[in-house]
Amino acid sequence: MSTSRAPRTLGAGTPAKPASWLAMAWALTLNELRVAARRGENLLVTFVIPAGVLLVFSAFDMTGGTGTGRPVDRMLPGSIALAVIAASMVSLAIATGFDRSYGVIKRLGGSPAGASAVVASKTVGVIVIEVVQALLLVALATALGWTPGPGASLLLVVGGLVLGTVAFAGLGLLMAGTLRAEATLALANLLFLISLVLGGIVMPLDKLPSAVATLASGLPPAELARVLSIGLRGGGDATEPLIILAGWAVVLGGLAARKFRWD
Amino acid sequence: MTAAGLTAEPAIAVADIRKTYGKRPILAGVSFEVQRGELFALLGPNGAGKTTTVEILEGYRKADAGTVSVLGLDPMRDGARLRPRIGLMLQEGGIDNRTTPREVLRLYARFYRDPEDPDALLEAVDLGRAASTRYRRLSGGEKQRLSLALALLGRPELLVLDEPTAGMDPAAKQATRERIAALRAAGTTILLTTHELGDVELLADHVAVLDRGRVVAYGTPAELTGAGAPRVRFRLSATLADADAAALAAAAGGVGARVSVAGAGAAYELTGLTAAPDPTLVAALAAWCLERGLLLTELRLGARSLEERYLELVGADVAAEAGADLATEAEGTA
Repeated sequence: MSTSRAPRTLGAGTPAKPASWLAMAWALTLNELRVAARRGENLLVTFVIPAGVLLVFSAFDMTGGTGTGRPVDRMLPGSIALAVIAASMVSLAIATGFDRSYGVIKRLGGSPAGASAVVASKTVGVIVIEVVQALLLVALATALGWTPGPGASLLLVVGGLVLGTVAFAGLGLLMAGTLRAEATLALANLLFLISLVLGGIVMPLDKLPSAVATLASGLPPAELARVLSIGLRGGGDATEPLIILAGWAVVLGGLAARKFRWD
Repeated sequence: MTAAGLTAEPAIAVADIRKTYGKRPILAGVSFEVQRGELFALLGPNGAGKTTTVEILEGYRKADAGTVSVLGLDPMRDGARLRPRIGLMLQEGGIDNRTTPREVLRLYARFYRDPEDPDALLEAVDLGRAASTRYRRLSGGEKQRLSLALALLGRPELLVLDEPTAGMDPAAKQATRERIAALRAAGTTILLTTHELGDVELLADHVAVLDRGRVVAYGTPAELTGAGAPRVRFRLSATLADADAAALAAAAGGVGARVSVAGAGAAYELTGLTAAPDPTLVAALAAWCLERGLLLTELRLGARSLEERYLELVGADVAAEAGADLATEAEGTA
């Protein structure tokens, strides 16, 4: 290749200085978001389905007349819970699973960025997507006439989002770090569908057979939906679902940390 | 080019590293040093422990025992300080199938304050036209060239090249060979693993041969190829009877010399020499052939190619596996 520059060997000479850890983590975060935005099926799961669930089921009363308040008041907490599950479990698991199978994480781990910047970028990426999801869903709900309940607590909502994110990201990374990428893809999507039913998101849990309802009520999707419901509508004691959700966060996060394999 | 070349401290110092996976010993006490500014080739059959050694140097794996120093740092403890100073050219992979060479290079460029220009590097490794092609659609050689460009972004003090020319076509191989030689000339320390022994013979300052987790030979290419008993290989226009072989051995090599078959097609080896081959020996061999009306079609003295020496070192099973035909070596013929 002939270039106009002075004859110099590209790649040799005074070594380049590394960028700050923050700059590297930010570059990786932007890359993470760009790749996520390019995956159509990912946009469908993280944005279109939660928004669709909110819009469609706010038009009907799925409680069969037993619920209180307008349908949109019941649907917003559930659709946010669904969005959290999509971003922190489905999207993260699939992206990380394929990164792992391509060796992307291994290569980045040997670059100046290192594993810590990769983990940070994935964390920030999930948070950014969740913030956009929450803003979108709240805006849609507001357009349908939603207003926060009298005892609504932003602190409780944020607390629920953090614990739910840790629990579902733990589950997602546990799959991504131990299974083949294709198996992770299938299982994450399956769990997403199961969450839709067992989370009490589309219809209340008491419409399910009682044995199933009892089992489902202790699982992370239902607990997250309960915390968000209490936080957004006000009224009720969130201590029990918070403690159970925190327990899931510790167990699933801990399992992911122990079992995750980079290659 | 850099001050690094002036310091006495080696770029890599590995002392008695050991590694076992389960019950299988992979490294059984490996030691070597790579000096600043040199090109060091690590050779060995697949499974000899090359990749494990390289991964320990890169901080991907921890040795069970022994000491490792890379640019004066411990790869496990000081990884964050070490990684910006090393350029890794891994074997194929490590890149998202859906991204393009330009995107990947721009991402990695942001890990440095003053990196090489990604577009200039793309041109330099001849990926200009493939810059916007999805990684999945690149050929094996193009993937390898992208990997090399990634390794060069930070102008590394130490470049680790793991089989850099694997999967490349002959023209790309030649260009890569020239690029490696230019980097070496510009002062970059290079650790190279490869199966292209011809490249090593041309490029390497020092060579270590690894076999079954041990260093079985170390030296300059000349030291390695010159080692071993002096010998003479030749090929004749017709095969020799046993009695003729003995007569030829006596005439050319003197007492104790033997002529043995060294391959199909009248290829022979003269062994048991007490001194290095000299002009007298060549004249005696030629004279004997003239007397019998035989034509000497090939003659090779003393030094072997690095490939021959390598195959002697790592054993006959590997030679069979590689399908190497020593008798067809064409270099150094008379």
